[in-house]
Amino acid sequence: MISITAFLVITLLAVTIIPFVDVKGKAVVVYLAVILNTLISGNLAVQAFMGQSFEYIFAGSLSLGRLPIRLDVLSAWFILIINFIFITGGFYGLFYMKTYQNQRKNLGLHSIAFVMLHASLIALCAIQNGMVFLIAWEIMAISAFIAVIFEHTKIMTIKAGINYLIQSHVCIVFLMLGFMWAAYKTGSYDFQVIGNYTAGLSGAAPVILFLTFFVGFALKAGFVPFHTWLPYAHPAAPAHISGIMSGVLIKIGIYGILRMLLVIKPDFTIVGYTILIFAIVSGLYGVMLAIVQHDLKKLLAYHSIENIGIIGIGIGIGCIGLGENNLVVASLGFAGALLHTWNHALFKSLLFFTAGNIYQATHTLNIEQLGGLVKKMPQTAYLFLIASIAICGIPPFNGFISEFILYSGMYYWIQGATMITMIASIFTILGLVLIGGLALLCFTKAFSVVFLGNERHSFDHEIKEVPQIQLIPLYMIAFFILIIGVFPQYFIGLIMQPVALITGSEAVGRIFENNLTDSLQHITLAVWGFILLILTVFLVRKFVQTKRMVTYESTWACAYEGPAAQMQYTAGSFVRSYSKLLKPVIMSVKREKEIHGIFPSDGAYVSHTYDKLEKWLIDKPIMAIKSFMGRFRFLQNGKSQFYILYGILFIVSIVCIPIIYETIIQLIGYFKHI
Amino acid sequence: MLSFILILIAGFFFTGIIIRTKSIASGRRGPGVLQPIKDVIRLFKKGAVYSRTTSFIFQIAPTIYFSSVVMAMMVVPFGQAKGIISFNGDFVFFAYVLALGKFFSIISAMDTGSSFEGMGASREALYSLFAEPAFFILMGSFALLTGHTSFHMMFMALHLGSYISYAIALLATFVLVMIMMVENSRMPIDDPKTHLELTMIHEVMILDNSGFDLGLILTTGYLKFALYGALIVNLFIGMVPYQYAIPLFFGIQFLLAVTIGLIESFMARYRMSHNPQFIFALTSVSLLIFFGVLLVLGKFA
Repeated sequence: MISITAFLVITLLAVTIIPFVDVKGKAVVVYLAVILNTLISGNLAVQAFMGQSFEYIFAGSLSLGRLPIRLDVLSAWFILIINFIFITGGFYGLFYMKTYQNQRKNLGLHSIAFVMLHASLIALCAIQNGMVFLIAWEIMAISAFIAVIFEHTKIMTIKAGINYLIQSHVCIVFLMLGFMWAAYKTGSYDFQVIGNYTAGLSGAAPVILFLTFFVGFALKAGFVPFHTWLPYAHPAAPAHISGIMSGVLIKIGIYGILRMLLVIKPDFTIVGYTILIFAIVSGLYGVMLAIVQHDLKKLLAYHSIENIGIIGIGIGIGCIGLGENNLVVASLGFAGALLHTWNHALFKSLLFFTAGNIYQATHTLNIEQLGGLVKKMPQTAYLFLIASIAICGIPPFNGFISEFILYSGMYYWIQGATMITMIASIFTILGLVLIGGLALLCFTKAFSVVFLGNERHSFDHEIKEVPQIQLIPLYMIAFFILIIGVFPQYFIGLIMQPVALITGSEAVGRIFENNLTDSLQHITLAVWGFILLILTVFLVRKFVQTKRMVTYESTWACAYEGPAAQMQYTAGSFVRSYSKLLKPVIMSVKREKEIHGIFPSDGAYVSHTYDKLEKWLIDKPIMAIKSFMGRFRFLQNGKSQFYILYGILFIVSIVCIPIIYETIIQLIGYFKHI
Repeated sequence: MLSFILILIAGFFFTGIIIRTKSIASGRRGPGVLQPIKDVIRLFKKGAVYSRTTSFIFQIAPTIYFSSVVMAMMVVPFGQAKGIISFNGDFVFFAYVLALGKFFSIISAMDTGSSFEGMGASREALYSLFAEPAFFILMGSFALLTGHTSFHMMFMALHLGSYISYAIALLATFVLVMIMMVENSRMPIDDPKTHLELTMIHEVMILDNSGFDLGLILTTGYLKFALYGALIVNLFIGMVPYQYAIPLFFGIQFLLAVTIGLIESFMARYRMSHNPQFIFALTSVSLLIFFGVLLVLGKFA
């Protein structure tokens, strides 16, 4: 109780104080509030991991019913992730926002949104009353909206923000539908009551109820085809907000899905296959589109969709495992999903923060204009490299561990009993492998075009590394990326409890012992050996080279002596054969002005890609609605006489309709009488 | 440990045999079988020229590329003898550690800022992406067939009993040989002896490497051949005792090298634009293997 009160008081106090202090004071208050809230919630989370789940039940009101605050290990796991990313992201944000120091009011609003976002995300993990959950969800959505539109003077930013706001309300509609359905049947919004109700149900009802929630949460998580807001909102937000959105905001959707699985306990096989299909499509579609993006942040945003897909694959096979009573598959699937949730939060926020550094230094995120940054911003470059290798799921970093767990689950699953299982698992493996390969293509492109080679564009300002202190949180994240990669077994112990909670079985520890611990220990050894090997070979190389002559020349260009920066491979050319192959999936728009004539005038060539699904699912229906509504546009002609006429018509109809109604009733009665 | 040493020895001769076969096929006597190794040793002794455009990435990439293949070698078993590292799911590690090497070789090519090397890097990234699924599905089929998920256990339990299993082994050999060709950038995917930079994949990526680094990259190529060769050998030796298995190992590696030499002598390279289709077709062959396994297990009842 004290914790909850302190949590609320800190949040409210911070929000009240922020408008009245100067910019420095705002920074202090925001960060202090985040730290204090982190300490309070983190303390409860750690206690939950120690085996003492926090529970407090408010009496609530007549309309809401009981208001339970429960903090089990699943909530605790997500709270820890949220806190870590907010601590690092907030610290990074303090320095990232220095450029905007003179926008005092704007910063005030942003700070309030930041504190509210943190508080609401934590609250969402603990609240177990549908109605209050929705209120917290709304606070979260709106504070994220305000945080995104910090640079609201830019038209693209405000557009992206509104797009996000609308879609998150569509998401709320689905959640509300789900909770209202449950409340109509049970008379309560309490999750436990909902759980008791669905436990007594059989047949399709729980599945449909779950799928209603799933659509709602999938909109937030960014599963394809509910992803269209995501590639707009992430690039529009300031870097620390993008990192937080991608790192934890969309993960609250994952939390929701897992929580609803726990509460509703639908037919796991059907639900599992549904999630699996959505997840594989998301993973592939996300990365396929990521490759052709030229805006660095947009590229990363599409990668979030891909990684949500990978997490979804874990949840999907976990569910199927539960449905088929295959506990090994279930625990490995959920373990992979939960670990990847954290892993993705780590490397994706690191990528967004480094992208923020690039934006600060160059004022652009168009990768076609960048290049050669490794020499100007070496620390940012190597941090970006670490995160890129991690996101491709390559050892020795954390991405490999979660993907390895997923593979272990799938290769165990493949030995299942039925043909359907085997075929499903082989195609899931195919999906995950393709996702990995495509990610490699994407990040070799992103890293090499942004950081390597020569500069593709000359900037009229000096490009330099961001201040050292701003890099501290980035190193913190990179440290964890490496540690999870080289000592995975300690983190497996950590996710054991949430997995045990989801699968509802205490045998998870033994399963990990049998199927994972040994492998992970070997991986640790192998990875250390690998690092050692690299160092040895490199030292030998260095030793040999000290005795030889080493000279520096210009790049070999087939004996051509003046290779220019414009002759380098660009991002577009790097993926050209790929985008030609995937023409049916990717929609690319080209505008060309060819050169012809004896004295040619200027030529031009612009190409950009567009999301085909967005065109069919969002743009086309909106166009249809617009054109239908357009027929009534004559009503709104701007002449005040007409509006007065409408008013009179309205009043007259209000008065007349009941009278006419009564008359008709009387007439009918009269005719019946006859 | 045994497999590691054997692969190392096979790696010494593999490329030499290929070159020798090609020479004989074209009516020349050709260089000695150890010539490639002599070339590498010469390179190790040489100084180096670096491009001014390059950064530290370019310096460390050959090292990581080399180490990744050596690391992958440690995972591969030899019949009854485990690899140096062996655990459940080690083939995932095998594939991903090779991917790290690939990642670095691609970005080091892009580091030079050359248009040619960018071209090679782009192709390498694309083709290896298409080759990967075939390997994973193949391993999935073996996991299903044998009920194990480590290289060692899988190959140990792989009994060639019925006709279908022979067909599976044959198809698997085909898939692995083709993956070997893709990974090593040989015909019919890539022509290492072409004259034009525009038509190369691997060779064009290392245009700017010289001296020790080039030596490392070449050695890696040799080892990679023997590495995939060892995987193929493992399909057949299973529980065969060592006194037969070791000669068999070298016999099969020799046969593979000769086959590659013959393929390179009598086949033309595919058109670059058709390569992805060809490589992706490997995945369907792998799927065929998978369905073959389902047949063997009688799951199509």
